[in-house]
Order: sequence, then structure tokens, then C-alpha cells
Amino acid sequence: MPTTPEARTGSGLYVPQYVRDHDTHPPLDYPGYNSTALRHPKRPLTLLPHTLTEVTSPVLGHERVGELDHDLTRQHEGGEPQGQRITVHGQVRDSDGRPVPHTLVEVWQANAAGRYRHTGDNWPAPLDPYFTGVGRAMTDAEGFYRFVTVRPGAYPWKNHQNAWRPAHIHFSLFGQAFTQRLVTQMYFPDDPLFFQDPMWNSVPEEARERMVARFDYGSTEPEWALAYRWDIVLRGRGQTPFESEEEIAEDDE
Amino acid sequence: MSTYPTTPSQTVGPYLHIGLPWPDGPFAVDEGTPGAVWIRGTVRDGAGELVADALVETWQADPDGRFDHPDDPRGARSYPGFRAFGRCPTDGEGSYGILTLKPGAVPGPDGDQAPHIDVSVFARGMLHRVVTRLYFPEEEAANAADPVLASVEDPEARATLVAGTAPDGYRFDIRLQGEGETVFFDI
Repeated sequence: MPTTPEARTGSGLYVPQYVRDHDTHPPLDYPGYNSTALRHPKRPLTLLPHTLTEVTSPVLGHERVGELDHDLTRQHEGGEPQGQRITVHGQVRDSDGRPVPHTLVEVWQANAAGRYRHTGDNWPAPLDPYFTGVGRAMTDAEGFYRFVTVRPGAYPWKNHQNAWRPAHIHFSLFGQAFTQRLVTQMYFPDDPLFFQDPMWNSVPEEARERMVARFDYGSTEPEWALAYRWDIVLRGRGQTPFESEEEIAEDDE
Repeated sequence: MSTYPTTPSQTVGPYLHIGLPWPDGPFAVDEGTPGAVWIRGTVRDGAGELVADALVETWQADPDGRFDHPDDPRGARSYPGFRAFGRCPTDGEGSYGILTLKPGAVPGPDGDQAPHIDVSVFARGMLHRVVTRLYFPEEEAANAADPVLASVEDPEARATLVAGTAPDGYRFDIRLQGEGETVFFDI
């Protein structure tokens, strides 16, 4: 349940309190994902009330984002990456429905063959000389972001017998508060690999579909690119934007 | 009360290095800034092994205890080259380093909180980040009065939140699990 929607410092500064959304997230200890075994704390987490440090975050400007950083198909001289060209776009909002404007969105992904441009990824799928697989964008005034890329491939890993990761794009978001920081993965609709994927299965069942983009025919660009829409929701303050103080008082009665 | 259900967290995975590090990430303040200190440390797992594929992020107030952010109505004074945010992947020895300015005391619900830095750790094998706080060893009186430190009852556990000193700043080792396990917070 959300905590109290308002708190003040001893000196009277208003400090918003962000909702706690434990029922959305995977546990740190998840035996199906082997690597969690030695990397989860055993001591219960200590509750941290939200103070000014937790309700603020870096205001990162457009200086962090180059002109072509949102377009993963145009980052190399001399050619374009292999694969199905797609756009991935959506709106970043908080759980109160407020758009999250001017916030940095970072993405990274495997190429169309399912291989990352990383020294640790050695499985026998080809690298693509024209694909790095890294993008950055800022949300606009209404919280919208847009990337151009190629659809990533699935790839094998060693977690369990015949383990394959469903195709996904890694997303990293800052939001406007330390409490809103989120790193996650976007999946594609109807992936047949979900059933055996511990990352997918670690998330409470009712929350899993929130990680899946929808095919967006309306945003498809004719003779150019298919489109997927993925809206992202960060923690809010437990108050709807139009809720007046009087309405809150009535709710309390 | 939440109208829209939130998006779940997922691990950064083993290939975070292609997407997340910034060339200037470790510099929460520009190199050469008077008073800048290094915060260095290692990340270790439950077997005591160094974690070479983690990412450490820091967020903090400026030396006056203020934030350059709309939710701090006091506003921030100007500290040229100070970003307040640091980000550093661990290297092959499981080590990270962030150059920053020591924060000031931050207003809390019942008076000032001791100077502190919020620290996030991301890694393969972690489906969600973990969050801890770094406090400063020379702030004994302020630390003794800090409500967050006081909420950790076990003194041995509480001690994991206080950095050590180093010739060029501070040392803050993070133990994800096991002996000397760092205190992590539910934020």
C-alpha cells in the first residue's frame, strides 16, 4: 500500500512520498536464475523513509544525447545493420498518470542474430559491423520517447538445459527522483520463449505483460519500418494530478 | 491508489558495459576541483568473490546539503563542475571509484540528517538494484543522531554504512551477501 502522500522536514520543506510497489518487482532471491544465489542480501531490507535525497535525482540535459543516438541503424559509416528495421516508441508516465518529461532513456541490445558487441559474448552468431546496439534519447515535454533500431534476436545462455533468452531490449530510466530509477527489459509480443525464461518468470504473473511492447501498425512507416509501442510507468506519489487537497481530506473521512 | 501499475525491474545482465558506462561517469565533480575526494571500493558476492560486472551509482547533496532539483525549493548554490551523480562500472578487480565533493547535512523529518550519499548497485544476477547509504567516518556526532543509521539496530550491521578513510578520500566496500553483508534499504 502507498505510504502517506506527504511529509515535511523539521524545517518545513515539503517532501513527496513515493508509492512502494513491491508487488510489481521480482525478488532478489530467485532460485530459477542461478546467478542470484550469491548476489542477493540475506538480511531483510531496512525501510528507508523518503527524504530529500530520495525524492531528487540528476537533471540530465540534452548534452548527454547526440543527434543520432536514438537511431541505432545510423551509427556507422558505410552501411546499415542487418535485420528487421523497427521503431520503438512510447510514453513514460508515473503511476499517478503524470508524464515524465525530459528524462534520459538509455537502451542496449543484441543484434538481429542475437549477439551482443561485448567481449563476454562468444556464442557462434555473427557480429554486425554496422551495429553497436546502444541508444539514448530524452523524453519530450509529454514524456514520449522514440528509437529506431533492428529487432534483436534471441540467444542461448547457460542458466539451465537449452536455455534461451526471449528477444529483448534493455532499458534504463532515471525519472525525476532517486526512487524512480528503473532498469528493465522490453519484450516482444507472443514470444514462444517466455515459458522457460527465469527473468520473465521471476516477475509476479500479473505484472509480466507490462514488460511486453505491442505491435503498433498505426505507427508503422510505409516502405520503411515496423513499429512497436511500449509505455513505461515509474513510481508516482500516490496522488492523481487533479486531486485537490479537499478531495484528499474527504478520502480520509 | 496508483492509477497505473508500475513497470517491473529486470537485471542489467552481463552486457551492461555496452550501454551504461559514461566516459565522465565516475566524475560527480570535475577533476581538479578543490576539495574533491575519491570514494573507492570493491563489490563482493556471498562467496567473497569480487564482482567484476557490477555498476555503482551515487546520488547526493552538494556541500551545503542542497539539491539542484525542483523538489528542493531552497535551490542549489553554484558549485562549478559538480553534478552530484556518479556512475562507475566495477573493473576486473571488482573495484569502482567516484570523484565527488563531500555533501553537507540534509534536512530530515526531525532535524538534519548526517551527510550521506545514496548508492545503487546493479549487476547480472540481481533482478532489481540494491540501495545503500554511505556515511562519513569523521561525522561521529552527526552519525550518532542520524535517524536512518539509528534504524539499523545491530551495531555491526550499522558499521557497514560508514566509509573508511583513504589517502585521497574514502573507502566504501560493498558486500552483497554473507560475512559483513552491507545494509541495504527498501526504498
